[in-house]
Amino acid sequence: MSRPRTSPAHLFLAAGALVMLAPFAWQLVVSLQTLPDSLRVPPKFTPSWQWSNFADVFRSVPLARQFLNTVVVTAAVTAGQLLLCSLAAFAFARLRFPGRGALFLLFLAVLMVPGELFLIPRYEIMMELGWLNSLQALIAPGVFGAFGTFMLRQFFLSLPRELDEAASIDGANPLQIYWHILLPLVRPGLLALGMLTVMWSWSSLLWPLVVNTDPEMMTLSAGLASLRGQYLTNFPILFAGSVVASLPVIALFVVMQRQLIAGIAFTGSKG
Amino acid sequence: MHSKREWAWGYLLIAPMALGLAVFYLWPIVQTLYLSMTESGVFGGYTWVGTANFAELFTDEEMYGALGNTLLYSVLVLAGVPLSIVVAALLNVPGLRGLSLYRTLYFLPVVTMPAAVGLTWRYLFNGDFGAINHVLGTAGIDGPYWLGDPDFAIYAIAVVGIWSSVGYNAVLFLAGLQGIPRHYYEAAEIDGAGRLRQFVRITLPLLTPTTFFVVVITMINALQVFDLVYLMIDLKSPALEGSRTIVYLFYETGFVQNQRGLAAAIAVILLGLVLMLTAFQFRLQKKWVHYE
Repeated sequence: MSRPRTSPAHLFLAAGALVMLAPFAWQLVVSLQTLPDSLRVPPKFTPSWQWSNFADVFRSVPLARQFLNTVVVTAAVTAGQLLLCSLAAFAFARLRFPGRGALFLLFLAVLMVPGELFLIPRYEIMMELGWLNSLQALIAPGVFGAFGTFMLRQFFLSLPRELDEAASIDGANPLQIYWHILLPLVRPGLLALGMLTVMWSWSSLLWPLVVNTDPEMMTLSAGLASLRGQYLTNFPILFAGSVVASLPVIALFVVMQRQLIAGIAFTGSKG
Repeated sequence: MHSKREWAWGYLLIAPMALGLAVFYLWPIVQTLYLSMTESGVFGGYTWVGTANFAELFTDEEMYGALGNTLLYSVLVLAGVPLSIVVAALLNVPGLRGLSLYRTLYFLPVVTMPAAVGLTWRYLFNGDFGAINHVLGTAGIDGPYWLGDPDFAIYAIAVVGIWSSVGYNAVLFLAGLQGIPRHYYEAAEIDGAGRLRQFVRITLPLLTPTTFFVVVITMINALQVFDLVYLMIDLKSPALEGSRTIVYLFYETGFVQNQRGLAAAIAVILLGLVLMLTAFQFRLQKKWVHYE
């Protein structure tokens, strides 16, 4: 087979990659500029090493606190999703019980509904519980997910039945089969779902914005939004905040790239 | 295992998730449908108003504005989908080196929180000192105040929407491309078909199931756009008239003006729109999607 030349592909891909990268690179540069430098015409493309922007942004909003909130919420939501989704997925894939099919259809129906429909009643539930402006308010709805259940079910279905049967003959109950035998085998699925959940949970804006209005209880997304109101066009400060807020997930992605890509490719394959 | 015991285990293991979905998903759907027929009082509590909220929304200019803006945004973002096909096809060129580096770079916007993305592009689109107008200026074009002008804002936001999703869609397309059996191409090569002809006659038709999926999720996500608008357009900006989306209106109505009943009605209309357009896409697919 003739080997196609790859240089035209590189030319186009590199140009595109530059468009993808440039806004980030520039955000980083401006986060280290003085305010007058950031407003220059024509734009100045070099940093002025104004490190105090980072100190300022930590001082002006409780950024450290919001960072911690985001880490706690994301960790709890991800752990909860992995546990609850895998339990339900295991039962859907491996156990027979009346109403299983109907129940699963109900799970799928939830996937079709835009998230905004859940918002107002969830807000009222949180109000009833006295959970407005708390981290529980951000965690509780997040640990339940129809998508994760659906995704992990596919992974459980791909494992051979003989595994369960052999363990069952040895006297293992379903919970033991789930935990000791099958869960280690669906590790790729867990990692993929974990990465997707981290990404979604870290970035989500609307629900945190609505339910936690106290800056001390905000996550970084909502914190950045409120920072915008405070600093209108002070972009060096806004960007210092953005860099701090987005760097952890970017770093995690660079390390766990394969798992996240696998998760996304999965969402496509089941369309 | 005894079947009765298996049943019990099944219900037990599903119970936590089922309970959570019931409380945080199913009940809210029912509740939102109910609330959309009520008006929220100043001191809390709801009064039944029947279809009054819908009647109000169907004569409300802001609602029609939001509907129009949302649909325009969706069309613009959908128009960006071919870009992802091109990127995926190039990434799929045999013998291409640096695939994982490219993938990482194209993915940066996907993994970055929309709030940070929105702020970055606010700066780039600034009418006075933004880089975009600077570049346009060197080409002799006097760029507008993108984010301050109701005629331009939604286009600027759509550019960012496309920019943030190219990588995501390209990954889906790449998976689709890799699923096309090699023998199709081998046969075409024997027939002497060139690369471009192969792409048009083999790749694009066999990719249509993936394309259909990407179109549907892109559309559903676009209909719910909020983050970028919220971050890029100021609350009091005149540009909001040209960029306020349905979910933005929902947020404003429900949580700034605290008219929860009316906001619930907006959410119900959004649900109707999403279901209707998705059903339409599924009908349309018979005309252009090839399943083997």
